[in-house]
Amino acid sequence: MLIIPCPYCGARPENEFRYAGEAHIARPADPEALSDAAWADFLYMRTNPKGRHAERWRHVHGCGRFFNCVRDTVTDRIERTYPAGTAP
Amino acid sequence: MKWFGRRETHQSARTAEGGRIDRSRTVRFTFDGAQFTGHPGDSLASALLAHGVHLMGRSFKYHRPRGVLAAGSEESNALVHVDRGGGRETPNLRATQVEIYEGLNARSQNRHPSLAFDLGSAAGLMSRFLPAGFYYKTFMWPASFWRRVYEPAIRAAAGLGVAPMDADPDRYLRRYAHCETLVIGAGPAGVAAALDAAAVGGRVILCDEQAELGGSLLSEPHAVIDGLAGAEWLAGALSDLARHPNVTLLPRCTAFGWYPDNMVGLAERVTDHLATPGVHQPRERLWQVRAGAVVIAAGAHERPLVFPDNDRPGIMLAGAARAYLNRYGVRPGQRAVIVTACDSAYACALDLHRAGVMIAAIADIRADVTGPAVEAVRAAGLLVRTGVSITGSTGHLRVTGALFGTEWVACDTILMSGGWTPSLHMHSQSRGKIRFDGANFLPEAMAGQQSVGSCAGVFDLTGSLPGRVVSGVIAPRGGFAGLVPGAKAKRAFVDFQNDVTAKDLLLATREGFRSIEHVKRYTTTGMATDQGKTSNLNALAIVADQLGTAIPHVGLTTFRPPYTPVTFGTIAGTSRGALFDPERRAPMHDWAVSRGAVFEDVGTWKRAHCFPAPGEVMHETLARECRAVRTEAGIFDASTLGKIEVVGPDAAEFLNRLYTNAWLTLGVGRCRYGLMLSEAGFVMDDGVVGRIAEDRFHVTTTTGGAPRVLNHMEDYLQTEFPELRVWLTSTTEQWATIAVQGPRARDILAPHVTGIDLAHAAFPHMSVREGRICGVPTRLFRVSFTGELGFEINVPADYGPAVWRALMASGHLTPYGTETMHVLRAEKGFVIVGQETDGTVTPDDLGLCRMIARSKRDFVGKRSLRRPDMLVANRKQLVGLLTDDPSTVLEEGAQIVEDPGQPVPMRMIGHVTSSYPSATLGHSIALALVEAGRSRMGTVLHVPMPERMIAVRVVEPVFYDKAGARLDG
Ligand SMILES: [Zn+2]
Repeated sequence: MLIIPCPYCGARPENEFRYAGEAHIARPADPEALSDAAWADFLYMRTNPKGRHAERWRHVHGCGRFFNCVRDTVTDRIERTYPAGTAP
Repeated sequence: MKWFGRRETHQSARTAEGGRIDRSRTVRFTFDGAQFTGHPGDSLASALLAHGVHLMGRSFKYHRPRGVLAAGSEESNALVHVDRGGGRETPNLRATQVEIYEGLNARSQNRHPSLAFDLGSAAGLMSRFLPAGFYYKTFMWPASFWRRVYEPAIRAAAGLGVAPMDADPDRYLRRYAHCETLVIGAGPAGVAAALDAAAVGGRVILCDEQAELGGSLLSEPHAVIDGLAGAEWLAGALSDLARHPNVTLLPRCTAFGWYPDNMVGLAERVTDHLATPGVHQPRERLWQVRAGAVVIAAGAHERPLVFPDNDRPGIMLAGAARAYLNRYGVRPGQRAVIVTACDSAYACALDLHRAGVMIAAIADIRADVTGPAVEAVRAAGLLVRTGVSITGSTGHLRVTGALFGTEWVACDTILMSGGWTPSLHMHSQSRGKIRFDGANFLPEAMAGQQSVGSCAGVFDLTGSLPGRVVSGVIAPRGGFAGLVPGAKAKRAFVDFQNDVTAKDLLLATREGFRSIEHVKRYTTTGMATDQGKTSNLNALAIVADQLGTAIPHVGLTTFRPPYTPVTFGTIAGTSRGALFDPERRAPMHDWAVSRGAVFEDVGTWKRAHCFPAPGEVMHETLARECRAVRTEAGIFDASTLGKIEVVGPDAAEFLNRLYTNAWLTLGVGRCRYGLMLSEAGFVMDDGVVGRIAEDRFHVTTTTGGAPRVLNHMEDYLQTEFPELRVWLTSTTEQWATIAVQGPRARDILAPHVTGIDLAHAAFPHMSVREGRICGVPTRLFRVSFTGELGFEINVPADYGPAVWRALMASGHLTPYGTETMHVLRAEKGFVIVGQETDGTVTPDDLGLCRMIARSKRDFVGKRSLRRPDMLVANRKQLVGLLTDDPSTVLEEGAQIVEDPGQPVPMRMIGHVTSSYPSATLGHSIALALVEAGRSRMGTVLHVPMPERMIAVRVVEPVFYDKAGARLDG
C-alpha cells in the first residue's frame, strides 16, 4: 500500500485516497470554440506514460482535497505532490 | 500391493535420543483414520516418518503415490486435510508445517478410494491424457465434448483437496503495526540482524513461519558460534530479543506479501496447533506491518535432482532428511542412497551414518570433488563415487532401489541434493532487481530493504553471522540444475506439485515456446501453490539447455503473493457477514420492519420494497398500494435520496455550470428538476433542487449517486472553478424525507403544518417552503414523482419516525414501497438514472431536450452534445412499449429486434429498460431504448425470448395523465 503525502495533511496510506486521472488537463475556457477533434482530444486522449506521470488524487477519506502528484508508473514511487492548480 | 493396508504401530524410525521434540510427553493423532503417536515439537510429517510412513499424498494429475519431499513450507507432495471439528476444516496444508496435538485429525487428499490403492493411477491412465498444454489443446476440441466428457472427468481426477462447504465458524483478526526494522525469517542470519537492529534502537519485529525460531540452526547440531554450541547461542540470542522492550517476536507468522512502501502482510497462525484453543483467541491474525527497513532472511530451498521416477515415496531432499534426523529424531530409512551435486549432502551422510542408517551408496554428479566435506565422509569409511548420476528408481508405494545405468542399488530411501536456491520471493515481490551469478539468481540491494544469509546467496553459516566466530559446519559448496546427465526426461519430475516433467518442458520448447513466462503457462510448471520453490531453477536450466542458451536469457518468472497459501479468513478478518458491507438504514426503517415490509438492497441501503397486508400476494400488494396513491394518498420513505447543501454567494452560478438547466433565474422558494451530465455529455444524475435562499440550495441526487455527484461537484469546484465562493456539504444522513403523494395529500398534511400556506396559489407545484410540521422544523417541497399532487417533507432525521407516525395516525395514508414508486413513475414516463440510462444516454435520447438551457453558452457536458456521434439519427431513444396481451409483462433487459424472421444472430436495435403490470391502466407497460425510437411510433417490433417471440407496439413513453392535470390534486 503506497504512502501518499497529502499536501494538506501529510503522509497517509493509499486507502484514504482515490485516484482521479491525469493532471494538468485544464478544461478549455470556451469549449464552444473548439473543433470536434480538439474537444475529443480534451475528453479522451491521455498520455499513459511508462515512467513519470503527473496525476490527480483526492484525499477522499481525509481533507477531501484534490491535489496533483508525480508518480513513476514503473516503480510506483511518488516523486512529489503539490496543490491543484500549481505547476508540476 | 504388499504395502496395502499396512501400518506401523510404533515409532520404529525414532532415534533413541536427540532432537528438539519433547520425549517426556506423547501425543496421539489420526491420519486417514489410523492411530499414531508423536511428541510435542513434531510436525505431522515427522511424526508419520517416525512410524516409517513416507506415503502421504497422491500427485495432482497422475495420482502417483508421493512421500514427503521437504521438511518446511516448500513441501510440494505431502498436502493434507485437517479437520478440527465443528466445521473447522482446512484442505491443502503441508504436513511439514502442521504441528501435531492431542486429537489431531488429518487425512490425505486426491486419492480414490485410498492412499495406498488409487484407481486414477492405475496403469498411469491419466498421463496419456494430460501432456503439456493439455488445457489449451483440449479447449480446441468440440465444445460439447469438452463440457460433457473431459471437464467432468478431469475435474474429478485432478486437483487438490476438497473445500469445506459450511461457513467457517472461526474468528479472524487484523492488526496494524509499525516498526523501524522488520526481519523476515528467524534463521541465524535473521536472528543476528534482529540483534543488530535492536542494539541500534527502534522497534523491531522478527517473524518466522515456523513454530520454533531458529531456522537452519534447529537442524544443525555441530555448529559452534562464539564458543557456544549452536543451540545454546540461539537460545541466548532469542532470550535477549524476547527481553528487549522494543522487539516483537512472531513465530508461526508467515510474511506472505510485500506491498509498496514497505508494507508487508504477515499471516499469524494463532490456534491451529492447539488441542483446545482459548475461547477469546482468533484462529489467525493478519498483520499489516509498515516498516522503515525490511531485512529479508528467508533462507534457501534445496533443489531436487531431476531423474526418472524421482518422486517415489522415500525419495526426499538430503537437507530435509537431515532436519528430520537432527531436529525431530527420525531416521528417514534404514538403507539410504545419497545422490548429490552439493557438499551439504555429505553432512547428511555423516549424520545418518552416525545415527545407524546404512549408507548404501553416495554418488556425486561432479567429476572432481575435493574439500573437507568429502574428506570427512571418506574418513568415516564411506565410499563416494564421483562423476556418477542416478538414472532412475524402483518401487511403488516406497522406493526399493536406485538405478545407476544398469546397476541397481537396493535402498528404502534416496536422499538428493542439487544445491540450494536462494528464496527470492519477498525480494522479487518488492520489485527488487535480480542478477545471475552463473549458478543462482541473487537479489540486488535496494533502498529500504536488504537480503541477508542464504537468500542473498551467502550459504555458509560464517557469512550469515558477521562478526561471530563460527566453526563445525560443512559449507554447502556446489550444485546442479536441470536434468541429470545421462537420464531420460520421461517421468523425471521437475514440478512435483503440478506433475510437470522434464519431458513436458522439452515438448514445450519443441512446440516453439521460448520465454519462461510462456513455458510456465503452457506446462503449468511453477504455478502450483508452492510457487515452484523447489522447481523453478531446474525448469529454467532444462529449457535453457534445450534452447542452447544461458539461463538468464530464458528469464526468471515473477514471484507473486502469497508466499504460501493464506486463508480467506485471514484476508477477510472481521469483514464478513453483517460487517462485510455494512447496511444503511433509513430513519423509518424500524417502523417499516414493524409493519412487515419486504426490503430490497439499493446500493448499500435497505429500502422497503412493499408493505404486504396479511394474506396478500405480491401483485395484490402492489395493486393496492398503487390504487391508494392514485385515489387517496400514499406515504413513502424517500430518505435515501442523496442530499447536498450548496451554499455561498456563487452557489447559483456553480449549479448553472454543473447542471444543464438555468439556475440564475430560479426564485427563492422555487424548485427545479436538474439534469447533470458528465463532461462527455451523458446523463450522470438527476434530482430536484430547491432554492432555500439567494445563496443556499437544497440539492437532491439519486439514492446510489450521492457520493459520485458530490465528488463530481467537488472536483469542478476545487480544480476548474476555484474562483467560485461555494461550499458543499453532504446532508443525506441529516434529513428524513417523507413523500406524501395523492389527491388527498394536502388535506392530510394541512392539520400538521404551521407557518406554510399549503393553498395551491401560495404553494404551487415545484416550490419549497420552510416551516414546521408536527412542531418540528421542515423544508417542505411540493414535488411529485408519481404524477399526483405531492409533497416531500424533510425533517431532521431523528424526528422522522415521530412525524411519520403522526401522519399515519390520520388514517388515510397507505405506506408504499420502492416497487410501487417505480410503477407509478413509469406510468408517467419518468426516467430513473441507472435504469433508463447506462452512461451512454444523452438528454435528447431521453426526450429531455427541454432540460437544456439554450441560453447558456457553457455547462459541464454541453460541448459534447454537438459531437457528431451525439447527433446521428439512429441513436437509441426512449419509447413506451405495449404488448398485445395486456397481461404479458416483458422482461427488463430483453432485447428488441425489427424483423422476427431474420437468422440468428439477430440485429438488436434496443432493449427494455423498465417493465411492470399497471393495475391503474389494466395492462402492462414498458419503457425501452430503441434506435430512432421516436420515428417508430405506432410500429410493431419484436422481443425474442427463449420460448417465444413477443410483438410490441411502440408508443409515447407517457401512459397516464399525459396532460399532467392530476399534479394539482
Ligand atoms: Zn489531506
